[in-house]
Amino acid sequence: MAYPEPERHLLRARDLADTRYAAPIDVTDMAAAAGLSRAHFTRSFTDAFGESPGAYLLTRRLERATALLRNTDYSVTQVCFEVGLSSVGSFTTSFKRIYGQTPTQYRAAYPPAATWAIVPSCLVQEHARRQNRTIREDSPASAG
Amino acid sequence: MISLSMTQIWVHDQDVAKDFYTTKLGWEVRQDSSFAELGGFRFLTVGPPAQPNISVALLVIPPPPIFPEEDGAALKALVAKGRASSLFLSSDDIQADFEALKARGIEFYEEPTEYPYGTDSGFHDPSGNAIRLAQVKPEFSSSRQAISV
Repeated sequence: MAYPEPERHLLRARDLADTRYAAPIDVTDMAAAAGLSRAHFTRSFTDAFGESPGAYLLTRRLERATALLRNTDYSVTQVCFEVGLSSVGSFTTSFKRIYGQTPTQYRAAYPPAATWAIVPSCLVQEHARRQNRTIREDSPASAG
Repeated sequence: MISLSMTQIWVHDQDVAKDFYTTKLGWEVRQDSSFAELGGFRFLTVGPPAQPNISVALLVIPPPPIFPEEDGAALKALVAKGRASSLFLSSDDIQADFEALKARGIEFYEEPTEYPYGTDSGFHDPSGNAIRLAQVKPEFSSSRQAISV
């Protein structure tokens, strides 16, 4: 039997971020899903996907927040908690840094995607997620 | 009239893939033939029982000189990272299918989630190929509608 490429284990970690973003998971949990030490995992993930696991997790959470802002009437605070973040202030700051607007401004600027096109959710999730290259992997802040 | 009969995805191990797509996903083997005259090339295809005219070929990335070493390595990594290809499947009872697939050991990266067009979910095969499973609302079920925005 052939073994999958090492990247398949990294995909398992990325899947964890995609599945459990609403829970208080962090990079250590992602490393455990890949079966690697945190430091080795962070390097391998960054090499494979071009962004750090902390950045991926944060931007996945923010992408999910954009969907909630477009498709629900949840308050910004509710949206923040729904995507696994606990600080509304940090959420708003990160959101504005990456999307260039506050969550409230974002909601007002975009009509619900479903009103103008039928696009499979996986493609919406892929393209609505933005890059974040400023996060520091080894700082405690990356856990959030 | 031109219709779709087969598509193809790369897998890292055809025995593992065959087991996944038949035992776990519930599809049937359409063809499984190896050819000594082709250097042992194995042509493995599977498909959903309800759609006998559509097959998916599960092929391994060929070694040099068919694919240069560098191309093969790059492609293997892309497959493992979930970047190579996706299959979009539909269900008429996604909750039941989700429960059945989960009971057979399939790990979903997105459990059934409501979207404007229906309920959608996703998982990866053992090689890393993305598989989406959706129950689309009837009003969105026809793809015979060109959409351009």
